[in-house]
Amino acid sequence: MSNDPFVIAGTALKSRLFIGTAGYPNQQVMLDSLEASGAELVTMSIRRISLDTYSGSLVDLLGDRCRLLPNTSGCVTARDAILTAELARESLATDWVKLELIGDRETLYPDVEQLVHAADELVRKGFVVLPYCNDDPVTCQKLADVGCAAVMPLGSLIGSGRGIANPAAIELICTRSSVPVVLDAGIGTASDAALAMELGCDAVLVNTAISKAHDPIAMAAAMKAGVEAGRLARLAGRIPKRTMAEPSSPQLGLVGT
Amino acid sequence: MIRLKINGVDEEITATTIAQLLAARGIDPGARFLAVAVNGEVVRRATWDETAINAGDAVEIVRPLQGG
Repeated sequence: MSNDPFVIAGTALKSRLFIGTAGYPNQQVMLDSLEASGAELVTMSIRRISLDTYSGSLVDLLGDRCRLLPNTSGCVTARDAILTAELARESLATDWVKLELIGDRETLYPDVEQLVHAADELVRKGFVVLPYCNDDPVTCQKLADVGCAAVMPLGSLIGSGRGIANPAAIELICTRSSVPVVLDAGIGTASDAALAMELGCDAVLVNTAISKAHDPIAMAAAMKAGVEAGRLARLAGRIPKRTMAEPSSPQLGLVGT
Repeated sequence: MIRLKINGVDEEITATTIAQLLAARGIDPGARFLAVAVNGEVVRRATWDETAINAGDAVEIVRPLQGG
């Protein structure tokens, strides 16, 4: 939507849908899904190379078609996350980083204490920090206060597909946040993405719901439509919810009265 | 021959610089998107030829991969 600009850290982004690159049946499906999603910002991880089989890189395939957002997925200490971000900056020549600091292997819940510390440090080092965080307005506020360019609260657990577990919390975060809010994690289908946008999120990040769908390319298109529909609905302004019915047809001139 | 840790694994290698270490492991130092850190500090690509490695160093060699 050309009259509805979306800007993070001074950079205008064409799409409010960010997508991940992991878990697709194969690379071609990933590339076709990326195309169908219309996403501009695409996440990647940074990993040790295999000393036996290093050959080329996914980045060569993605070429110039998108803006890359490296993550620090899997990091459990601020020190490792900061080093991973610095390696990503060297590798991909981008200051942008999706900061993940995992506090629990089973739920992949963020470790808030380390997250805020690492975010603070990375901002000081000149990074554009987009932290994956809890759906908690206080945490989001702290992250914005240390200079994060956006906050990325979870809808529900990573990869769970359970949608937005606490819509009221997400709405509250969106109302209060001084930086863009990107719903990250938990999206299961297009209506979840639409709901996120209706609640006031500025964008949505989706990976598993697309890559593990029966038809990832079709789901990528569905997510694109969901995000656009949700954004339009948000701007349009929904009607208030009522307890009782409110007739939509005129009440004058009823036949037989 | 020096002993050091490459990507978390103890290795013995004949190399005195980052560039030599990569070459010794069959990694093209010119490969795009590689990044290297030694003892927790990123070593810029432009300095791989002259950055010395020493026994006991912990070297990380990474590249971007699929991620969410």
